[in-house]
Formats: sequence, structure tokens, C-alpha cells
Amino acid sequence: MIAVEVHNLRKEFFRRDAQRSGLRRRRRRVPALEGVSFVVERGECVAILGQNGSGKSTLVRLLSTLLLNDGGGAYIFGHDVFKEQRTVQRLVNRVSVEASFFKKMSSEENLAYAARFYGLSPRDTKRKIPEILGRVGFPTDRRHEGMEHLSRGMQQKVALARALLTAPVVLLLDEPTTGLDPRSKLEVQEFIREVRATHDATILLCTHDLNEAEVLADRVGILDRGQLIALAPPDGLKELYEVETLEQAFFAATGRTFEQEDEDVERGVFA
Amino acid sequence: MSTVPGPAPFRFSLRHEAITFGGVVERNWYLIKRYFWWELAFFVWSLANTLTIVFIAKGIKAAGGHIDVNRATTTLLIGAVIWSFLGLVFEFMTETVAWERWEGTIEYTFMAPLRRPVHLFGVGIFAVLYGVFRSAVLFVVVAAMFGLHMPNANFLAAAVVLAIASISFMGVGTMTSVLPLISPEKGAQLGFIAQGTLLVISGVYYPVSVLPVWMRWLSTISPATYTLRGIRHAILDGSPLTSLWGDIWPLIIIGIVAFPLGVWIFRRGEIYAKKHGKLKRSG
Repeated sequence: MIAVEVHNLRKEFFRRDAQRSGLRRRRRRVPALEGVSFVVERGECVAILGQNGSGKSTLVRLLSTLLLNDGGGAYIFGHDVFKEQRTVQRLVNRVSVEASFFKKMSSEENLAYAARFYGLSPRDTKRKIPEILGRVGFPTDRRHEGMEHLSRGMQQKVALARALLTAPVVLLLDEPTTGLDPRSKLEVQEFIREVRATHDATILLCTHDLNEAEVLADRVGILDRGQLIALAPPDGLKELYEVETLEQAFFAATGRTFEQEDEDVERGVFA
Repeated sequence: MSTVPGPAPFRFSLRHEAITFGGVVERNWYLIKRYFWWELAFFVWSLANTLTIVFIAKGIKAAGGHIDVNRATTTLLIGAVIWSFLGLVFEFMTETVAWERWEGTIEYTFMAPLRRPVHLFGVGIFAVLYGVFRSAVLFVVVAAMFGLHMPNANFLAAAVVLAIASISFMGVGTMTSVLPLISPEKGAQLGFIAQGTLLVISGVYYPVSVLPVWMRWLSTISPATYTLRGIRHAILDGSPLTSLWGDIWPLIIIGIVAFPLGVWIFRRGEIYAKKHGKLKRSG
């Protein structure tokens, strides 16, 4: 069964040029995604690798209904992401690189606020919040503390709890471990594995952590300058490019090392 | 595309809408609690601001003018309190987007299955309830400081006028709340321009009759005109609701038009923001 279907998806942004044409600055189109197509099977975990500015976040934001497309289509369990937004919103949740909470509010209050939008009543959240915080390894006795007093790793665990509280069938993870210390990173990765094992969740993981992609994903895609240039199981990618590591495969596919930033600064602004 | 069986589509449910509405109100309550000392500081600022206006009546008397200080002070106080009330409602409505963008939660709120009218109505209702409470306290404190006498005041009629007017204010506030969606940098400040403009043409501290003709024409479409006039009649002259009908029916009509129009404008703004990638956190 297909959980996520992306067909020839295009997104572009307008960018004002530094040079002026008369009194006005000229505007030019900057493509963020160019004809991206792929499918993700139900229960599968697909990782999308790419440098900063490659279009990973644009892809996640399109699938989470935060952007409108300029061409092509995207479907979640057959529902058009751009025409059936409310249905798609009920099926999808997301964890991004920034935990993003009301900093003065406690984790419990933040989770309750988010859960209400998915129809969870105060009675539901009173029971579920301590339970789910415990599962992500968050000390439940700290759930009344303001978010501003929690470490980055703790905040990211609350972000995972927020996503899971709404029981999404498609989980979009946009660099969920970037900036975390090694221990927190391992804990989050372990939890993602547990979610896959215990929930009926399909995961799209956008990352620039090659190791994370290799250990968590069934298939790995390489997104370069808005184009998906490869998508295969990690070993398949290595075979395809006749190399031994994912990093070498990335270099072979894009002609650049993984650490190199995308030279096109304009792309980085949007994608 | 291929159509495949999957999870059941999301359907409308009154219970779900009630829970989401409660969530919006609940969040604002949490924030008021967490920022209590700031709220107190802003109240002191509102009080100081109101006093600068209300002292004008005594100032005119001291300068040799012949006015009824009690009536003039009450007239100015009503204007200043409505200014404060409107400021708070607009601030909450505008912060629907601006605050969430600053905290970074904007993406999570706008990707949730939350109907925009329910979202905006929830923010508006909380703003009105909190605004009524704060304005009432402000009115009582200043009236007590000046020892104002309002023997004929019909506070119930004034409250009914304010309640009816609040729907219109929520509508106008919804229109201004779209501004930070379109212009993340300066949109929130534009809300203050809307607030000031609305009150200038509505006779906030003076009768509308002193305005130039073109401003008087504009005052007929401003809900603040009818609110200020109705509340002043109720408090200064003790007018019953039946006598205030001339101010109430325009408020009902403006309210019926303003809120749905505000939601429609907000939705247009949301589509624009989604097309141009503006629906994201600051920084």
C-alpha cells in the first residue's frame, strides 16, 4: 500500500536581485524543487539526503501543507496534499530541527495545546501526556517546568512526544537530531526505531547525517539542488555507484563532497 | 496518481471543533498566567495613558474654561477605555500570527487540522473577555481616583453595546491579523495604524460632528463610532437599550459583515503566505 506518493513536484520562490532595473529591483525565480517523484510504502522509512539548500525542508513543508506547489502533485494515502489539506493534516505530523514551543509554557501545556487541534480533550491529554513523555525518556516530574528551562535534547524529546501524541500515520522528520549531543542523538534515533516497530507509522526522514540515514532507513534518496537524483536501499546506492560508503555514493552522484555547502546562496535562503 | 485505501478521511465533528476552540482559549490563558507581571506592567501603562487624557478636562477648567468637569472627564474616560479595549483586542488578534512566528510554533499550528474561523474566533473571544475585564478594572480605578459621579449610568446597556460591538472589532482585528502573515517584519505594527485610524474617525475624545465631511462619512462605517456613542449615552444619560437601538442595529450589520469578511481576507493571506513561503518561524 502506498502511503506517500510524490509526482513531478515543483516549487519555486521569487528572489529580488541585488541589481536594480530602474527604480525597482528585478525579481527572479529560484527553483527549490524540480520535478521530484517518488513513492513511500506504508510502514517504510525513507531517508532523503541533501546538503543545506538542497530542497529537503521545502519537500517536508510541502507535504505538511505549509507550502503550495507550483506543479506536480503529492498524495498521502491517496489524499491530495494541496486539495484535501484538512484530511492530510490529520494523517501527518512532523518533527523539525527546531523544537519550536511557547518557551514560557510548560511541556505539558505545550503538548495539551497542540493535542487540542487534533481533537484530544483535556481528559485524554491528562492521561496521555505523562504516558508519552515517559516513553520518549522525558522525566515526567519536570513536565510542569517552562520549556525555556529544558536542554535542547529534552526539548527535542518533547517535540517527538508532540508528534506522536496525535497518532500520525505519516511522520515527517526534518533533521530531528541536528545539534543534539551524541547521547541525545542516540536516544532520539532509538525512539524512532521503536516508533517504527510499535506504530503503524510511515517515516520520511530528511537529514544530512549519513550514518543516521544508513541505520534508520530502508531506502535512501539523494536530493541535489532540488532534484532527486537517486533513491535506493543504502547497499543498492553503494552498488549503483560502485563505492563502499554512502558518503562516496553522495560524491559520485553529485560531484561534490557532503560537507560542501551549496554554493548557490539564494537556494539556501529558501530551501 | 493511484487511489489506495488508507486511514479514514477526517470528518467534521462539533465535538472536535469545540475542543479546538477550547484549545485556543486555553493557550491564551496559559500565556496570560505565565506573563502575569508583564500584564501588570502593561496595565500600569494603560492607566498612565488614560490619566494623561482624563486630566485634560480639569486642565481646561484650570485654564479658565467653562465646562462640566464631571461629564467631560467621564466622556474622555469612556474614550480612553475603549481605546485601551480595542488596543488589547487588536493586539491579541494580530498576535495570532506574530507571536506564533516569534515563538516558532506557527508551522505546527498552521499544519494542524484546525478550521481557521474556529481558530480566529477562539483568539477573538479570549481577547474580548480579557479586554472587558481589564477595561472594567481600568474604568473603576480611574473613576474612583477622580471621584466621578454617574448617578444615571445604565451599565447593563453599556455592556450590551460593547458585547455586540465586539463581534465587529473581532472582524476588523482578524483583517489586521493577516498583516504579519504577509509582511513578517512590519505587519504587526500596521495593526496599530488600523487601531488609531479607526478611533480618530469615530470620535474617540470628541463628537464626530467636529470632523471634516469626508471623515464623517468614514465614521459611518466604523463600529467604534456607534460603540462610543452608545456607551456614552448609556453611562452619561442612563439611556435604556430601546433608546440605543439607533447605535445597536448598525453594529449588528457591521458585525455580520466584518467577521466573515475578516476570515475571508485571512484565508487569502494564508494562501499568499503558502505560495510565497512566508508561513515559517522568524530566525
